[in-house]
Amino acid sequence: MADAMIDVQAVTKTFAATRALDGVTLQAPRGSVLTLLGPNGAGKTTLVRILATLLHPDSGTARVAGLDVVRDARALRPLIGLAGQYAAVDELLTGRENLELVGSWYHLPRAEYRHAARDLLERFALTDVGDRLVKTYSGGMRRRLDIAASLVARPPVLFLDEPTSGLDPRTRNDLWTFLKDLVADGTTLVLTTQYMEEAEHLAHRIAVLAAGRVIAQGTALELKRAMGGDVLEARVHDPADLDTAAGILGRTARREARLDLDQRRVTVPAHGGTGQLIAAGRALQDAGIALEDLGIRRPSLDEVFLALTGTPADARSAEPSPLEHTP
Amino acid sequence: MTATADAPASPNRATPTFPADARYVLRDTVSVAKRNLLRIIRTPQLLAISTLQPALLLVLFRYVLGGAIHVPGIDYVDYVVPAVFLEAVLIGGMTTSVGLAQDARSGIIDRWRSLPMARSAVLAGRTLADLSRSLTALIIMVGLGLAVGFRFHASPGAALAGFGVILYFGYACSWAYATVGLATRDPETAQVASLLPFFVLLFASNAIVPIDVMPGWLQAFARNQPLSINVAAARSLMEGGQTSTYVWQSLVWSTGILVVFFATSLRLYRRA
Repeated sequence: MADAMIDVQAVTKTFAATRALDGVTLQAPRGSVLTLLGPNGAGKTTLVRILATLLHPDSGTARVAGLDVVRDARALRPLIGLAGQYAAVDELLTGRENLELVGSWYHLPRAEYRHAARDLLERFALTDVGDRLVKTYSGGMRRRLDIAASLVARPPVLFLDEPTSGLDPRTRNDLWTFLKDLVADGTTLVLTTQYMEEAEHLAHRIAVLAAGRVIAQGTALELKRAMGGDVLEARVHDPADLDTAAGILGRTARREARLDLDQRRVTVPAHGGTGQLIAAGRALQDAGIALEDLGIRRPSLDEVFLALTGTPADARSAEPSPLEHTP
Repeated sequence: MTATADAPASPNRATPTFPADARYVLRDTVSVAKRNLLRIIRTPQLLAISTLQPALLLVLFRYVLGGAIHVPGIDYVDYVVPAVFLEAVLIGGMTTSVGLAQDARSGIIDRWRSLPMARSAVLAGRTLADLSRSLTALIIMVGLGLAVGFRFHASPGAALAGFGVILYFGYACSWAYATVGLATRDPETAQVASLLPFFVLLFASNAIVPIDVMPGWLQAFARNQPLSINVAAARSLMEGGQTSTYVWQSLVWSTGILVVFFATSLRLYRRA
């Protein structure tokens, strides 16, 4: 990739006994969104920390904006913004003070960072509380301030580690819109998420990480194809109906259905779209099966992992949280 | 027109200035110090408690132990109060280890390390804020000391030099506290880890009782450890008596502590 803003080549990183990254190779062009999708412990945060010059890789190279994250760290830092997994804002300062200090540490002119702070408070609906101490903020407000802080210098490369965790759906949608605008303006965005939906919504490219490896990479469409696409799911009222329902759904998909006894759920691939849904609904009704739910949905991360690796996502949370593994 | 479309109107501020690090060290240090001073001012309860602790020690030593301990050639209150001044500075400094551990745990240090700010500024700014807290604590303690009967018996210049010795030692110890905070990365652990050496150095010293009353094996340690040396230097500067050796030794100790922990804490901060 000639114009790669993010270029990761065979990066490995080991903490004590844990191999957090095991030969990761990735690229993302300028002005794109790269989403790292994976469960806890997949190595997403470790990779972000390496790209943000906080950790050195054990081997391999990582370049951001053409600069090596180890050798050229000093030249790189003015070009990046980071919002980590935990809202790294100062509780005893006001929202505005937080933003202005970060601006001064980017060495922006005073007038510029004051203006940027005012702008971002407004942008993130924090103007009213901008002069209150952050310790009075709600979790969602802190999260927004934290993301705003990463944007003060309008860095061309932005790293957001699980940016929407702790945000209510409306704020999340606002943030998505805001991020899309930034990217349209030329910002390169790397974000991590555990949610397929988020990855699909924002990303140009998705890299699926598991146990420190990239197990799939591509556009949302390519990945969904690889994962078997959407899922048709029925939840029956009476567990005794599960087998019958499985038979019916299996016929609509020409594929064997998966059963979840605890949840009284039957799932099959939804290749046939709404036609298949309607057919399944009719057939279930004709068979007299009482349903609690019937619909088409995106595959969950669990199902993605099942499709890609044959193991559920939970089975691979080997990596400790980033603060625990930092010695 | 297409040119404007291709090159979006400076969403990403042209080329950000690449810091010639030195130019920004001072500026960043000042803004970090400002941040920490704001934190100190906005947690007056913490400032109050860290002043209350040495004030309590003062009262305890003066009135509880004072009657039992006889130091030849000097009133006990004049003997113990200079040591309490030093303790006040050291106790206040512990908030640095706790504060930095908190910053490390909350991800604030991660953000700072990802910024182009000068590496040493974070710690230098913090220790400078500490120094001004030490100064405040000292002023309060001098008032309290005078109230319980402490008097300076040396020249004002020498007494001022005594405070200089205390502040320099306290500043050097701030870097040690910073090291503890960065090494533990956990506020509770940092607290205990800074209290422990403090108590050992405080009690196995000339701060509260004369070293002569201790068993021989302890005397060698008590006589030569940095807190004793600094108490002796401050005490002799404030109360008169042989000064030059103690002052000279105290400057060596403080400078040694400063250099070692400056390097260690910076290494810990940079450690990726």
